[in-house]
Amino acid sequence: MEHILSILIFFPAVAALMAFIVDKDSIRVYGITVAAIEFVLSAYMWYMFDGNNAGMQFTEFMPIIAQYGISYNVGIDGISLFLIIMTTFMTMISLIGLTEKRDLKNLIITVLFLEMTMVGVFVALDAMIFYVFWELSLVPMLYIVGAWGGNLRIYASIKFFLYTFLGSLVMLVGMLYLAYVYSQTTGAWSFNLMDWNMLILPFDMQMWLFIAFFAGFAIKVPMVPFHTWLPYAHGQAPTIGSVILAAVLLKMGTYGFIRFSLPLFPDASVAMMIPMGVLALIAIIYTAMVAYAQEDMKQVIAYSSVSHMGVIILGIFALNVEGIGGSLFLMISHGIVSGALFMLVGVIYDRRHTKMMSEFGGLAAVMPMYAVVFGIMLMASVGLPLTIGFVGEFLSLLGFFAVSPILTVAAGMTIILGAVYMLVLYKKTFFGPITNPINKKLEDIKGREVAALVPLVMLVVYLGVYPKPILDPVNNSVKQLVQVMHIKAITPEAKEKIASVNTIGEAK
Amino acid sequence: MIEPISIDLASLNIPSLAPMLVAIVGALIILCIDLFSKKLDKSLYVMLTILFLMIDLGLVVGYTGGTRGFFDMMYVDGISILSQIIILVASALFILLALSQKRFHEYRYPEYFALFMFMIAGFQFMVSSDSLILIFVGLETSSMALYTLIAMHNRARSTEAAIKYFTMGALAAAFFAFGSMIFYALTGSVELSIISEVLVASNFDNYPIILIGVVFMIGALGFKLSLVPFHIWAPDVYDGSSSALAGFMSIVPKIAGFIVALRFFEIFIAVENAWVQAILYIIVVITMTIPNMIALVQTDVKRMLAYSSISHAGFAMGAILIGTTQATSALFLYWILFLFTNLGSFAMLWVHRSKKDVLNDSDHPFEKFSGLVKSSPIAAAIMGMFMLSLAGVPPFSLFWGKMYLIGSAVNAGYLILALIMAVNSAIAVYYYLKLIVYMFLKDPVDDDRMVVMGNVNTTLKTVIGISVMITVASIIFIDPLLEMINYYVQISGY
Repeated sequence: MEHILSILIFFPAVAALMAFIVDKDSIRVYGITVAAIEFVLSAYMWYMFDGNNAGMQFTEFMPIIAQYGISYNVGIDGISLFLIIMTTFMTMISLIGLTEKRDLKNLIITVLFLEMTMVGVFVALDAMIFYVFWELSLVPMLYIVGAWGGNLRIYASIKFFLYTFLGSLVMLVGMLYLAYVYSQTTGAWSFNLMDWNMLILPFDMQMWLFIAFFAGFAIKVPMVPFHTWLPYAHGQAPTIGSVILAAVLLKMGTYGFIRFSLPLFPDASVAMMIPMGVLALIAIIYTAMVAYAQEDMKQVIAYSSVSHMGVIILGIFALNVEGIGGSLFLMISHGIVSGALFMLVGVIYDRRHTKMMSEFGGLAAVMPMYAVVFGIMLMASVGLPLTIGFVGEFLSLLGFFAVSPILTVAAGMTIILGAVYMLVLYKKTFFGPITNPINKKLEDIKGREVAALVPLVMLVVYLGVYPKPILDPVNNSVKQLVQVMHIKAITPEAKEKIASVNTIGEAK
Repeated sequence: MIEPISIDLASLNIPSLAPMLVAIVGALIILCIDLFSKKLDKSLYVMLTILFLMIDLGLVVGYTGGTRGFFDMMYVDGISILSQIIILVASALFILLALSQKRFHEYRYPEYFALFMFMIAGFQFMVSSDSLILIFVGLETSSMALYTLIAMHNRARSTEAAIKYFTMGALAAAFFAFGSMIFYALTGSVELSIISEVLVASNFDNYPIILIGVVFMIGALGFKLSLVPFHIWAPDVYDGSSSALAGFMSIVPKIAGFIVALRFFEIFIAVENAWVQAILYIIVVITMTIPNMIALVQTDVKRMLAYSSISHAGFAMGAILIGTTQATSALFLYWILFLFTNLGSFAMLWVHRSKKDVLNDSDHPFEKFSGLVKSSPIAAAIMGMFMLSLAGVPPFSLFWGKMYLIGSAVNAGYLILALIMAVNSAIAVYYYLKLIVYMFLKDPVDDDRMVVMGNVNTTLKTVIGISVMITVASIIFIDPLLEMINYYVQISGY
């Protein structure tokens, strides 16, 4: 188990290099096999993972640029464990459900490279290694959107790249500054996150650094008002691109907040609780309303993603175990649900080559299975109890209730608004008479599509009923994170605030 | 009665001069060979040049003598050795590009290779001296040779480029002479170390006149380094010369210029002279930003790369402005990594050179690269990698240079400069992506005037292969490289 994380990172990359030799007619099987092996490896890692240990596990360390304190340093805890499993799982599912025919070989090689960078982001414990994977993930995505996308694909891919690249460069300056501060305090250079966690920073510096990191993460999440790249990227991306973008790439931003911003800048995080809450609230309500106004099914789901990411941010900045744990759970569930929804839109797009709601109607009669799966995913997305979406959303909101009941009540509207636009989408697409005669001949989901969607449905129901396997390890690590924040906070107000929001279930 | 002049031969420290002598003797030998036989192939001259450069490199690396030599004219310190290594390695890689598939006019003349060696010797003199006079001589020797090399490409635009470069260069040389004159008038010496001592001792007396001198020097060096606003020549000259030579020009003359600038501005940066720092700050910022903006709208890849090189020069100039030891190391790290990436990308253009005149009188319009991934995927992937490296996307080589440079800016308290560098990197991504978009995301254009891969052969592939290896695998050897750079920079006290 010494090198399980390195194997997890580099196995897809090596496999991708070898894929150049594989014949293009056999490449699909190759891609699915590699992704499946990767998933099994990550499942094995989960099996070996010690759920009671809140610290970093499977750590590996190797200096790379010793003079500047950069090292290859990886490890996971309960926070990153399930994000990695979700990454490998969703990559596998999206490859199984892949229906793209053009340049399939290049696409699969690109997806495998992308998988390397995504896993790398979640396991990196060295800021510079994190940054390397973070930036590198843009390149395959640029290619996927730009080469296999819709009409505006080039505009969308460049906008996506430029936007995120600018934000992360500001973050890079922040990282370099933090390393400088570290070297000034301790006399040694280090980009190691564990070392950085020892730093106690003055409040002003925390605020500036928080903003620098915010630039990188907020654009990636994306938070309103930095979300404008997302609808384009989603609207133009091919199905597999949307699935991976929604399921994994967006989570990098929220993961960054939990991994970097909270423990490194506890006082700034406390100070930013309400501003971030307000931003998240705007995202939740505004994008939900925008989603309602869309005519393109994919755009509806894209905007609903922004809206849900708002709930995740809200949970994170509750700064208590329930909120952060809930938002982590919501990251997993949103990954599964939105991935599935994009895949479902892909199914109908393959058949009709349009995603406009007005083109459809009455699909439930011709595609009953499809309608059922879509319905379940839709309910999970809305956050119906006993589906996977409910647990995370409830916990996130519960967490933030301790911070600000008013904001939380307002955010609770997301469930209603979400239900509105989702149900309208469902009504327009699936119910009523079949207005368009072409739709009468549509085939129901079959074969590969079923194979990709059924596991997702099972997960949605299973984890909705019994979320404990995920929540337990997550909560252990989150508890430790919150303790670290409490210890590190320098102002008494921040200390008190963190203590006071973490009293859910205690004061009886 | 005049005293007989007696000089101890040992005090001349001949080994400090030996590397340049090798280059000069090499050039003379090439000329002599040409006298005996006219029918010799260019491959002979290329290999001879590389042999001499290797001997030269050996002498530079193995140099153990004192820093001073030849009546204190020579000044061989750590950064001089380091920059000579850069110059020689880049030159050896460049001259290999002469062995291209197509025949070009200039390589038929052995004089081309002789001039090339003279130019190298000139650059070596420039970096191994702190006497303004020897620097001037080195500068002029190399520039004169370079003008001719450009013109030998023998197209109307090459001649135009050479004349343009020559006229502007002559003006810059005059600036340099004027600047030197002012400093000589002020301090009674042309040696930078003595100038520095005198200026500091007199507490920068006659400040206005010093500033005039500084302005003249900035004009001269700014021309050589193509800093804005002295950069106007650069795109036209790059455009007029062959891609290989343009790549060379974006690297080697500039590193020589950087060393002179480093030695010169160190006098003012070390004592934190506010005016000079302010002037440099402005120049650095506009040099990074303005060419970036202009590069956005270019329709020709070579001109785009020309503007991008100017912007990169601005980045490196930032290191001189910062002036800490780490910044100086960052300058060298940046330039070494830039060397391979930029030479590689210009070599990739050289690979696609054809003799047919393409649209709008431009050799490498973006359309030429449309859908390159369909016809030659490996060439497209390599070019894409170079572009990402230039853009500073990790883990490709130039990212590490950029990171270290921005890091040194942060460490020295230049936070705003660091942010400007970051934002400029983000702007630059757009035009690098433009080429990637053409290569990977667009469909090929059906136009037989646009020939890709017309000039490729094994030698060019080797040069590009070396560049690719270094660009991709840079993460492994940044550490030893940095160690070497730090060693040389620290022993020379910058």
